[in-house]
Amino acid sequence: MAFFEMAKTAIRTVVSRPATLMYPARPGKKTGLSRGHVVIDPSRCISCGMCMKKCPSEAICVEKDERIWRIDRLRCVVCNSCIEVCPVKCLRMDLQYSPALLSHSGLETFLITYVKPERPKKSETGENADA
Amino acid sequence: MSRKIVIPFGPQHPVLPEPIHLDLVLEDETVVDVIPSIGYIHRGLETLVAKREFTEYVYIAERTCGICSFIHGLTYCQGVEQIMDLEVPPRAHYLRTIWSEYSRLHSHLLWLGLFADAMGFENLFMNSWRLREFVLDILEETTGGRVIQGSCKIGGVRKDISNEKLASMAADLKGFEAELSDLSDVFLHDDSVKSRLVDVGKLTRTDAYDLGAMGPVARGSGVGIDLRKTGYAAYRDLRFEPVTETAGDSYARCAVRVRELFGSIDLIRQAIEKIPEGDIEVKVKGNPDGEYFSRSEQPRGELVHYLKANGSKHLVRSRIRTPTLTNIPPLVKMLQGCELADVPVIVLSIDPCIGCTER
Amino acid sequence: MKIEEQTTIVIGVEHLIGRVEQFRKGGYRLVQLNCSKIGEQFEINYCFEREYRFENIRIVIDFETEVPSISGMYWGAFVYENEMHDLYGVAVKGMNIDFQGNFIRTSVQYPFRNPSFQGEGPCQEK
Repeated sequence: MAFFEMAKTAIRTVVSRPATLMYPARPGKKTGLSRGHVVIDPSRCISCGMCMKKCPSEAICVEKDERIWRIDRLRCVVCNSCIEVCPVKCLRMDLQYSPALLSHSGLETFLITYVKPERPKKSETGENADA
Repeated sequence: MSRKIVIPFGPQHPVLPEPIHLDLVLEDETVVDVIPSIGYIHRGLETLVAKREFTEYVYIAERTCGICSFIHGLTYCQGVEQIMDLEVPPRAHYLRTIWSEYSRLHSHLLWLGLFADAMGFENLFMNSWRLREFVLDILEETTGGRVIQGSCKIGGVRKDISNEKLASMAADLKGFEAELSDLSDVFLHDDSVKSRLVDVGKLTRTDAYDLGAMGPVARGSGVGIDLRKTGYAAYRDLRFEPVTETAGDSYARCAVRVRELFGSIDLIRQAIEKIPEGDIEVKVKGNPDGEYFSRSEQPRGELVHYLKANGSKHLVRSRIRTPTLTNIPPLVKMLQGCELADVPVIVLSIDPCIGCTER
Repeated sequence: MKIEEQTTIVIGVEHLIGRVEQFRKGGYRLVQLNCSKIGEQFEINYCFEREYRFENIRIVIDFETEVPSISGMYWGAFVYENEMHDLYGVAVKGMNIDFQGNFIRTSVQYPFRNPSFQGEGPCQEK
């Protein structure tokens, strides 16, 4: 019966549930580690520029004077290296992919709102250290 | 009688996943000569070493190819580690091996699907890709990427897999293996598949060796070269034998890949059983100085990354020799003397990956 | 931990054919040929392997020096030799299949000799 080797699999797929998801109705599979797109928390960014230096595709641009953090979504290869290198952990990976674009511009600009905290007075730090 | 005509094949053709161009010289229906040419997707990735630091180049090395991306990253990292004399922790070696074997499963299943499609067996194509989804899910759960894993780095790996996850991966392999053996029965025993593949695109053992065929093309002709035998990553601790077939036709190459799927499952099981505890990376200090030909076994054959460094943070030269490039001369030999209608199947039987061939 | 021993011997262009002949007679297979531009010179590696023993011979030549083709001994060498010619402009003499610079179709002639890069800079716009 070498002609009907496929029959077993074919019959099984007919009676079993479909292997695919009804996509827009049910969301796609995502795992905790999935790399979707990079998100920034502008209130915590200290504009150190480490993410810009370590970006292999030069998608990130940090302008310290203008307090701007900019990413080109079309250049970004979602490699996770900016997130690993960020000293204040203000970057994180979102599970959803960035949406498809209709025009050629993936630039997204964020205004950094981080305010450097006032340096506490020396006497206070001393007390904190004791506590 | 015997007027010669030239038929262009590609760069766009229904069976070709990627653009390669062949000029077929025909005499009636028989192919008498073939002139291959590439260059439709040449991106010049190799020259980027001058612009990217050696630690960042991993990402580019990985993006050379969309199918065997993990092994590209592994080979590059391995080359730099050999130049710098870095001692990678054993757990990282085992994780690299596990991911390599999952990549091999996913690449072979993809190829089996495409091959079924080239034969005109659509149902088989869909089922191969359905099984492949299982492998991709595991890769995404453990590394974060379905196709571009990005989990290799110089000095180790970027992500660890917990022991519970490893145990559940080993358990899941059982069901996968059962489904796979149903699928492999179709490829190996079905008459309609056989009638399309047996005695199509013959390559003798001497030709395969002399023309530098690698991977399943060589092993399908009885040349038992498998670079995993050199013992990179954790392969030196695992038991396996290169899969060989002797017929040298398209069916033999298909059978090698089908049997390698089971070999990969076995290797994953062994690796999960033996994986030691410990660190997953070592710190990289300084810059590389020296050169190395880093070699590994991709799903398609032998991969060579030649790396030359001069002590600065940019490498001087990175040269990537991919298995498809070395399989082009055997392809030319196989096509000589075949029928025009068999050309698509033969071209696909070497598993052409033009993206990595041209870099 | 070294994975394998790799030997590299630097020879003159005139000894190339003789050495490759020896490898061919010794039953070695051709792993690859590759060219690198080191300063104002080309460095060409010829790699061979037999039973997982890797050996490499190297020639160092000027830009204009002609290299004899080894495709007479290793038929499959034409892919590497044409690639070398198309990307670097190495003059290879006597290839069995000479594509005349059309194996890899590039818009710039010899792109790897003086590579140029587009849109480089720390920010996308610069």
